[in-house]
Amino acid sequence: MASILRFRKLCYVEPVKFQSFQPQKIDKKEETVATEAKTALEKNERRNKRQPKEWSCINSCCWVIGYLCTTWWLLLVLFNCLPATFPGFQVLESPGTRLKLEGLTALHPVVLVPGIVTGGLELWEGKPCAEGLFRKRLWGGSFTELLKRTKFGSLCQTPSALCKYIFLGHFVFQLDCNCELIWEWPLCLLEHLALHNETGLDPPGIRLRAVPGLVAADYFAPGYFVWAVLIENLAKIGYEGKNMHMAAYDWRLSFQNTEIRDQTLSRLKSQIELMYVTNGYMKVVVVPHSMGVIYLLHFLKWVETPPPMGGGGGPGWCAKHIKAIMNIGPVFLGVPKAVSNLFSAEARDVASIRAMDPGVLDSEILRLQALEHVMRVTRTWDSIASLLPKGGETIWGNLDWSPEEGHACDLSKKRYSQASAGDRDTNDSDVKMGFHVKESKYGRIISFGKETLQLSSSQLPSVDTKMLIKMLQQEFLGTRTNKNTNSACGGEVWTEYDEMCRETIPKIAENKPYTARTVLDLLRFVAPKMMQRVESHLSYGIADNLDDPKYNRYKYWSNPLETKLPDAPDIEIYCSYGVGIPTERSYIYKLSPNDKCKSIPFRIDSSVDGDEDSCLRGGVYLTDGDETVPVMSAGFMCAKGWRGRTRFNPSGIATHIREYRHKPPASLLEGRGLESGAHVDILGNFDLIEDVLRVAAGPVPKLEVIECIPTSSGCPTE
Amino acid sequence: MALIRRRKPIEPSKTPVQRKEGEGEEEEEEEEEDNSKNKHPKKSYKKSKPKWTCLDNCCWFVGCICVTWWTLLFLYNVMPASFPQYVTEAITGPLPDPPGVKLRKEGLKAKHPVVFVPGIVTGGLELWEGHQCADGLFRKRLWGGAFGEVYRRPLCWVEHMSLDNETGLDPPGIRVRPACGLVAADYFAPGYFVWAVLIANLARIGYEEKTMYMASYDWRLSFQNTEVRDQTLSRIKSNIELMVATNGGNKAVIIPHSMGALYFLHFMKWVEAPAPMGGGGGPDWCAKHIKAVMNIGGPFLGVPKAVSGLFSAEAKDIAVARAIAPGVLDKDLFGFQTLQHIMRMSRTWDSTMSMIPKGGATIWGDLDWSPEEGYIPIKRKQKNTDTQKASQDGPERKIFEIKRANYGRIISFGKDVAEALSSDIERIDFRDAVKGQSIANTSCRDVWTEYHDMGFGGIKAVAEYKVYTAGSILDLLHFVAPKMMERGSAHFSYGIADDLDDPKYQHYKYWSNPLETKLPNAPEMEVFSLYGVGIPTERSYVYKLSPSAECAIPFQIDSSADEQFEDSCLKGGVYTVDGDETVPVLSSGFMCAKGWRGKTRFNPSGSRMYIREYDHSPPTNLLEGRGTQSGAHVDIMGNFALIEDIMRVAAGATGEELGGDQVHSDIFKWSEKIHLQL
Repeated sequence: MASILRFRKLCYVEPVKFQSFQPQKIDKKEETVATEAKTALEKNERRNKRQPKEWSCINSCCWVIGYLCTTWWLLLVLFNCLPATFPGFQVLESPGTRLKLEGLTALHPVVLVPGIVTGGLELWEGKPCAEGLFRKRLWGGSFTELLKRTKFGSLCQTPSALCKYIFLGHFVFQLDCNCELIWEWPLCLLEHLALHNETGLDPPGIRLRAVPGLVAADYFAPGYFVWAVLIENLAKIGYEGKNMHMAAYDWRLSFQNTEIRDQTLSRLKSQIELMYVTNGYMKVVVVPHSMGVIYLLHFLKWVETPPPMGGGGGPGWCAKHIKAIMNIGPVFLGVPKAVSNLFSAEARDVASIRAMDPGVLDSEILRLQALEHVMRVTRTWDSIASLLPKGGETIWGNLDWSPEEGHACDLSKKRYSQASAGDRDTNDSDVKMGFHVKESKYGRIISFGKETLQLSSSQLPSVDTKMLIKMLQQEFLGTRTNKNTNSACGGEVWTEYDEMCRETIPKIAENKPYTARTVLDLLRFVAPKMMQRVESHLSYGIADNLDDPKYNRYKYWSNPLETKLPDAPDIEIYCSYGVGIPTERSYIYKLSPNDKCKSIPFRIDSSVDGDEDSCLRGGVYLTDGDETVPVMSAGFMCAKGWRGRTRFNPSGIATHIREYRHKPPASLLEGRGLESGAHVDILGNFDLIEDVLRVAAGPVPKLEVIECIPTSSGCPTE
Repeated sequence: MALIRRRKPIEPSKTPVQRKEGEGEEEEEEEEEDNSKNKHPKKSYKKSKPKWTCLDNCCWFVGCICVTWWTLLFLYNVMPASFPQYVTEAITGPLPDPPGVKLRKEGLKAKHPVVFVPGIVTGGLELWEGHQCADGLFRKRLWGGAFGEVYRRPLCWVEHMSLDNETGLDPPGIRVRPACGLVAADYFAPGYFVWAVLIANLARIGYEEKTMYMASYDWRLSFQNTEVRDQTLSRIKSNIELMVATNGGNKAVIIPHSMGALYFLHFMKWVEAPAPMGGGGGPDWCAKHIKAVMNIGGPFLGVPKAVSGLFSAEAKDIAVARAIAPGVLDKDLFGFQTLQHIMRMSRTWDSTMSMIPKGGATIWGDLDWSPEEGYIPIKRKQKNTDTQKASQDGPERKIFEIKRANYGRIISFGKDVAEALSSDIERIDFRDAVKGQSIANTSCRDVWTEYHDMGFGGIKAVAEYKVYTAGSILDLLHFVAPKMMERGSAHFSYGIADDLDDPKYQHYKYWSNPLETKLPNAPEMEVFSLYGVGIPTERSYVYKLSPSAECAIPFQIDSSADEQFEDSCLKGGVYTVDGDETVPVLSSGFMCAKGWRGKTRFNPSGSRMYIREYDHSPPTNLLEGRGTQSGAHVDIMGNFALIEDIMRVAAGATGEELGGDQVHSDIFKWSEKIHLQL
């Protein structure tokens, strides 16, 4: 600010300085002008010239704006005039074009199954605040409504507050009020995005539905592709509407609820059958992404189950209709991010709302308590809970052990990105040595305080889940209800933290580390209602005996560790995912200093940082993965769980792992990169696209496993 | 703060300058002196003066415009959404509730799944594969939407919209496919609704994507080809089956519009026909899955417009392309020979041939007779709008009845011929005329219409035959466009069946002609014919030879042919009759009024028929947009009465509960005059 002021000062002072040097020149000029000023034409000209004098401020504003606009347009014109292939910038030939030259043509119909948050949602029935948005996208698309709807309202902390308003269009100016001025639209949007707290279905009076068709998830926002690149390449070898289908579903619902409310699974079944028939009885290649992977797993079980609960396709349905499943960035065993998201609404990508408009939703700006609102909404989405880590300590590690231990973060980073300086390489061995000494305890998904991490399990206070559950019961009996009555935070309950007794919160922190198993107990404790709802739809364990009739229930269908793959030995399953990006694996939490009501009592301790080479960054332990899904979750089932003839894969379906090493885009011109390995950007990865095209278009190409999961101390025991 | 303090010393000097300004030009020199005394400000402004050049002025101007624009835009966005409604209500009084709201209050709920079948030209088409010139248009709409490409690269656009001249399918290297989902035809262009109003109202009573289905298809193809190329019919079948199954067995209500009515007729035959040619649904598929077919403005017997469209690319609506881009597509602007391009393009579309008048002279009348004869537009007009004085109507009517229009002569060359008695017309048969040599093609660039093959002799022969009825029109088209008609007659037929049980009628080319097929065996199915009346509709044309016969189309409508009375049926070379501006009442109503009514040979199972006519009343003011009581061919989709009828049926009502027939025109009278063996 100061520098700007100084600059302005100069501008005003400068002319004064000049004055003494050039008085005569200007006088002369004036004289000449004065003499010639007799003709009317001249006068006009002069008046024009003098116009800036009259209201110079507005004029100069106009001038500046005009100048900027003109420059902008000029640049735009120049940009449009540029030849598409800019000399010097070699555009890589897209795989579609290349494979078309090789003679590949569309053969197997393709079904795309989008993941969480990438699918668009449109409004079919809403509250008055969303008037005029019928069949407009509330989620996905340009989000322009977010900017357009600048209507302000007020949210009163105390209902008795007296407010005086001046209404002017959509703006409300407050005169004298205890209320807080808030921007109504984000709240309205969140209200529409939320589901019913108890049923997990539509709240009354609101109907938000998935956008159907390819447009559902080709672009998430303008310019931010999801499936568009893949679709375009498929189209180049002859795919079109009749042999390419986007299985859009409402990603907020639990999987079985999409069938109950929208008959989405029936729809998908009928589409696959139709495409199978109309394309000359060619089997279908399914390409699920992210959460779509477990959605498809659910579908495969559903479709072969008899009607009341399932689709009644009969036991041979999958074998008859499906050729291959190409999982992209699969989240078979869940993601640790989902834990932090549900626990404190702090994950980075899953709650991408924050990423979209960080300004508005960041906490305390406009006093929105955005995080709390986001948490309230996301906790009504059953689907987020479907991403919680599955398989407990067997898969994700316990207090002392984890499958990835010994993974050297910095080393891998250096190797992958090749960005760091060469002199580091000489120190490689040293780093490795140092690293082994303080190996990260990935198994402790949530721990309170950094020092707990360093302790071995024997040094930790021996508190286990039994105590938690005991506490839980106590809560229900006594404290919790008491707390409710004398609540100082107003009647409205936002998150279940509000119902919790403040005194119990430190007790949670006392329990120090939580593993993948106890984290579930933790969530059951802090959000009992949500977990109760969710657990009727989802399960996170490992089956001891898969033939147990209880596993016929749909809540087990989306957990690969509690279902068998369908009896279809000809299907091929591919696990394609990116590697080489540090991915969240476990978190260090602290109690939130802010003890205000309606705030989330826990937050990630971002002050905790490891050494330069450690995996600990900003309170988060990182491991290898695609920025969202750790390699463990994406690859384990294909690498071991399903490989060969196992109890999870009784018919011996072939599995293949395809890893794509992340390479950041070389220049800005490449956009999001042609060789990216990031969770969503990988859908624009040319190698991956080529693999998909080859599988879809013809005889199975020879695909070989590139790399095993980087586990130095062996794979986890089954 | 520092900023403000700095500025202060300048302020006082500014004010004298401003004061002086008001006093006029004479004092300018004085003012200069004044300025020179106040040295500080003078310097600062004088310094900037020479800089204020032409470029700066331009910038200033642009800036001004931008600022104003943004301010207006901002104000517009700040304006409450309900503002236009307030204004409308202030002028016209309170608006009626939209039917959705009204019926919701009555407690209606979504029951039967609904299928929309859009008509010709209203569905969107997307590019999936194109030539070099269409780079970057992948999955963008070529048809529908903003039509930006028509302006940007017209020739490229025409090339991509055309089909192959011989197969009627995709030309090599180009794939244009229908858009799918409700977005395919909810709005034709931004702000120009087609299905959107109906969809919005249905949504009010609980319909959503799972209970509504837009059966979009490529409307350029012949009906059977949509199945051959895109499997569209299979897709519709599977979707209807799915919707019926997932909605607890409630049968579907089908709502075809315009050409969609013919398409659905084709579908109903296709779905029950055995597998190689048909869908293999079995003989009771329709009975099991369809509750009602509610045809909106269905041109069952074709439209005369199709004839003029094919003959000289001059119909008003079929070649909507002209209406969309009148500037670009008008004749010879930019030397593009636009009409010829349009003609070449639309002649590759088989679907336009599905709407050539069917049933020949029996239905459409011959040289001396037509079912609508004696139709007096003035009578109806007065009844509707009450603009004319009653006293005027006596004498005029008399004259009118003397010179009544010969609607049966669909094309006549010269006005005198159109009015002459049939015995006075000398006709020379054109069928055997030798087609002359092709005129030198070089001057016509790459535009190719089949007229070039005809030569002068052929053109003359056509004109000398003078009068064409619905029967001979076909011969005429075969003569002037042999290749197109050859392609078309493999897919469509225009006759009347003598014996419907003849095995030849199992061929798909007869399926879309209601006079050559039986309705499916579904006695519980109800068929509605909903259409607008009260708008003059093209019925027959007066043609003339085009003066410049070089490259242009050799025939054109003689727009100078006018009756001297204001209210006559002949205007600008076109005889008009009652209808919805595109489809004459006869075409949309006859089948339901007579052809299918009761148990006839066309309707062996006796499915019930209902006619619902909607009298056109134009929107009272501009704010109403396209009106809530319109009867025009497309605007009727926003007619509240029609929407209400559809919603009641979709929610479970039968035709009887709607109130049976609702008739404003003389359709029953005219139907009586048609002697069709039933």
